[in-house]
Amino acid sequence: MAGTESEPTGARDASLPARAKIAVTAGKVAAAVSRKAGRGSGSVIGGKVALRLDPDLLATLADHLDVVLVSATNGKTTTTRLIAEALRAAGPVVSNALGANMPAGITSALAGGSEARFGVIEVDEKYLAGVARDTRPKAIALLNLSRDQLDRAAETRMMAEKWREGLQDTEAVVIANADDPLVTWAASSCKKVVWVAAGQAWKEDAWSCPACGGVMQRPGDDWFCQECGFRRPNPHWALQGTHVIDPQRGAWPIQLQLPGRANLANATSSAAVAAVFGVSPQVALERMRGVSAVAGRYDVVQYQGRDIRLLLAKNPAGWLETFSLIDGPPTPVVLSVNALDADGTDTSWLWDVDYERLAGHPVFVLGQRKLDLAVRLEVAGLQFHVVDSLEQAVRMAPPGRIEAIANYTAFQQLRKVVAG
Amino acid sequence: MSESSLRVVWVYPDLLSTYGDRGNALVVERRARQRHLNVTRIDVRSDQSVPTSGDIYLIGGGEDRPQRLAAERLRNDTGLVRAAENGAIILGVCAGFQILGHEFVNDLGQREPGLGLLDVWTTRGEGERCVGDVLADVDPQLGLPQLTGFENHQGVTHLGQGVKPLARVTAGRGNGTGDGTEGAWRDTVFGTYLHGPVLARNPAVADMLLKLALDVNALPPADTTWYDALRAERIAATTRPA
Ligand SMILES: [Zn+2]
Repeated sequence: MAGTESEPTGARDASLPARAKIAVTAGKVAAAVSRKAGRGSGSVIGGKVALRLDPDLLATLADHLDVVLVSATNGKTTTTRLIAEALRAAGPVVSNALGANMPAGITSALAGGSEARFGVIEVDEKYLAGVARDTRPKAIALLNLSRDQLDRAAETRMMAEKWREGLQDTEAVVIANADDPLVTWAASSCKKVVWVAAGQAWKEDAWSCPACGGVMQRPGDDWFCQECGFRRPNPHWALQGTHVIDPQRGAWPIQLQLPGRANLANATSSAAVAAVFGVSPQVALERMRGVSAVAGRYDVVQYQGRDIRLLLAKNPAGWLETFSLIDGPPTPVVLSVNALDADGTDTSWLWDVDYERLAGHPVFVLGQRKLDLAVRLEVAGLQFHVVDSLEQAVRMAPPGRIEAIANYTAFQQLRKVVAG
Repeated sequence: MSESSLRVVWVYPDLLSTYGDRGNALVVERRARQRHLNVTRIDVRSDQSVPTSGDIYLIGGGEDRPQRLAAERLRNDTGLVRAAENGAIILGVCAGFQILGHEFVNDLGQREPGLGLLDVWTTRGEGERCVGDVLADVDPQLGLPQLTGFENHQGVTHLGQGVKPLARVTAGRGNGTGDGTEGAWRDTVFGTYLHGPVLARNPAVADMLLKLALDVNALPPADTTWYDALRAERIAATTRPA
């Protein structure tokens, strides 16, 4: 959100080389035209125009910044926000806070022209190696890797392999989740790694050793391969209950407004990143407390006189974490699933999600693929209602705050509906 | 089958469960329980031996390297081959279908031997990956309604004399050979490219596996309201002109 988070100052633009300056200006014009045309913030189109004029623009823009890259299958938007808040303790921050996480969107965010010291950048998994090469980051946070959009995505393990190859020469401090074997594999060829025991509830993508293909042994929280010896590294930082444990064994309470175990994990990784820049866990966590919703996620909204909490879950790992944070029965739950291009057009993943966990909740099902969900829930032995709209679900739901869980485009649609 | 319980063996979920394959196991279990049958599901990890005493074996889809590892381990283990010799009922999907054949092309670009339980062999397609919804008319001998499912594969599977095509596509690519065939079968061994998962989209196939396992011609009715609604919606979406 370059336009709102870091207003153009002009001072920064003046220091750019002529070619970069022209590119930034052209990008801003394109973005403004796109905004006028009612096509969103225009950040992506602006970035595309600018990058076409100056392919080195991203590198030029990043040159002035202490760059932090954040990548993962899940939690990267939230963690980017938490790190940005923490680092504001040490200086101004520019960030692609709305999640435009491919090179064009990132370029546009950085071209905001701020006098920021830090660039905190969410990066799509597929582009991480390239963006890391261009922006020469000081720190890279790697949170997790799991299956997502299988109809078009590369294999999950291949993604770890790409990260490993692309990051092996990086000078950045890599902050990596030691509880995710795929992330560990990706990070373990880097020079400087800070291992974080951030947890990973979803295990189904890492039963075979990323190094040798052997069957992974996973007793408790530990993991190792008996065949080649690849194993969980000793973490420097850890999430323990609701505390961050720092490398000196100091324990810091995490008090977030954001719910759920996954966000405690995101906060732990964020504290480890902040420490790279001299921001203490105490200060970092204090600042993270201010975050209440991220791009509408976790937002509690009023609709038809009812409170609804909006939760985004895009893939099996995300649904698993989401089920662990919702209020228990008899809290009503609305589920909405689409299979548009942005969601992935294959709905088979619904069968990797343990909907059995919703037993006891009144469940309402909507979205483009509500019938896929209905069969899934029927086989899970649940009671549920298939409805045509959120309005209908809300009318039928028993009293109490409603938890609404949706995948990507279904979530955007729910936000639009509740916004009226 | 054993007297007490129907044994459903899910082969190598650690390697071959990438496309919602757990759904096939869940649907078979559910359709059996709705008929008040005792069911035991046995999930066999790839460092365990495959029991030979199962009634129904399910082997799912996976990515290229796990597929090679699964083929290696299944050849060494021999449990599934021996079960097949005893007349076990086997359903292989996508990568699992390819493994049931004579050979496929592995992640290293080499020809990898399969189990030879179906007279098929798989080469790598030159064209675009086959991705999308599929509709197919099933071999009339099986007496099943039209199949619906989702395919996502690069392999092209050629059928020998020892098998029949499971179905003929009316939408989608199926085996990728250009002749419209989809999947293959002989006796009680079935292979298909369809996931979705295939048994959730086609409960009649799940019921066929149960009938074969119980050696009966009919089962007590079990509700299919939501399956029918999903099938109608998918069939309409797939036949609608783009
Ligand atoms: Zn290993």
